[in-house]
Amino acid sequence: MFLRPLLRSLFCLFLALPLAARGPGRHVQVAAAADLKWALEDLKQAFARTRPDLQIRVTFGSSGQFYAQLTQRAPFDLFLSADLDYARRLADQGLGRPGSLFKYGVGRLVLWVPAGSPLNLALGLAALNDPAVKHVAMANPTHAPYGRAAQAALDHAGLRAGLQSRLVLGENVGQAAQFVQTGAAEAGLLALSLAMAPEMRKRGQYWTVPQGFHPPLVQGGLVLGWAQDPEAAQAFKSFLLSPQGVGILRRFGFEPAS
Amino acid sequence: MDWQAIRLSLKLAALTTVALLCLGLPLAHWLAYSRRPWKFLVEAVVALPLVLPPTVLGFYLLVAMGPHSPFGRLYEAVCGRMLPFSFQGLLLASVLYSLPFAVQPMAASFSAVERKYLEASHCLGASPFKTFRQVVLPLSWAGVATGAILSFAHTLGEFGVVLMVGGNIPGETRMVSIAIYDQVQALEYGAAARTALFLLGVSFTVLVFTSWLRRRKGAWLLN
Repeated sequence: MFLRPLLRSLFCLFLALPLAARGPGRHVQVAAAADLKWALEDLKQAFARTRPDLQIRVTFGSSGQFYAQLTQRAPFDLFLSADLDYARRLADQGLGRPGSLFKYGVGRLVLWVPAGSPLNLALGLAALNDPAVKHVAMANPTHAPYGRAAQAALDHAGLRAGLQSRLVLGENVGQAAQFVQTGAAEAGLLALSLAMAPEMRKRGQYWTVPQGFHPPLVQGGLVLGWAQDPEAAQAFKSFLLSPQGVGILRRFGFEPAS
Repeated sequence: MDWQAIRLSLKLAALTTVALLCLGLPLAHWLAYSRRPWKFLVEAVVALPLVLPPTVLGFYLLVAMGPHSPFGRLYEAVCGRMLPFSFQGLLLASVLYSLPFAVQPMAASFSAVERKYLEASHCLGASPFKTFRQVVLPLSWAGVATGAILSFAHTLGEFGVVLMVGGNIPGETRMVSIAIYDQVQALEYGAAARTALFLLGVSFTVLVFTSWLRRRKGAWLLN
């Protein structure tokens, strides 16, 4: 019982070590927040056209998880967090390359319902008062940036007390989306970047929560101090901030950071 | 320390163990003694949770219990509430997830009972149920206890399945493993370490107690 997970992780480690150690050519190992899943595909393709010599390898996960791993010097070159705060904390601990902290966009929160839902989205968040809503999915506010934003938005609309017992929490905003997609929850407070993803677009509709309902979801990044190829990581960072990168991010629901 | 989550986890583990004793004993008995040609298929299905990643199992369960599935709709029509995000849903998931941990040691110990005792019991006119109660069960006590303890311990530390079908509702589906994970994610490493230490202590005590009990009981049986 204790041996199995241990052996499994050792096995994964052995598989991963040679991959990380001797990949051919120059590459950037990116740790990216789950809400970037679809945007990064397009960003990678566009970047490959300008810098075909550099390969971008992405691992998706929750920002808090990456933060914990990066404080233990996980072998990533670039960290793209859903919350500027995690990146800033790493920078404050001297784990980033000096001056490499950056903002690359502002995420937006949406109220998402599956296609065919009886909810009237024109009512905004008040649509959640509908008795048909038995469960509302959102990310966990204790550690997920979108969870904090969802909680703030519910507070702002004065709905939190009434909904408390019906809130179901996903580990991150992607899992919250899964709860609604499978029909287990009737509505969800999700990331605009998820709602705009091809898989979600077909299956439901959304209402964008106004900016003033929650503190802005400023997304931040950092080039790590132990980056294997700092020039390559810097090149990808610059691309994210270039007009082309900003345009792609905007198409996937991230507004430009001021 | 999140006492509510600890209590809830202990409750889930205890109820899962009881359910698995009720369900596992007959199933293990059937696996040990049946001569059906398709028995290997059932054996494989029982062992599946050992191989499937818990998150995959959890996702399938979420879909199977949700309102889009016939089973989910039937349950809602009968019980008036949905299975996902409820304690009952987690109980069902835990029973399935810990099934091999209960059934495999039980079936192995039933198979190890010498055939001649069973035959003697049968010749003396005992019913199959009486044979099971008075011959098989006392001789395979250790296997049954191992199955029960493994189910308890496995459920206590269950994470992936709970994460997928639970929804993290305090007092309903927020188990201790999830609480620890949340604390780590929220960078509260101290609180996480305390809760984890408590869980470690409970698990270790349970396992030590079982080993000790089994030894004593075994010695008693031999004398």
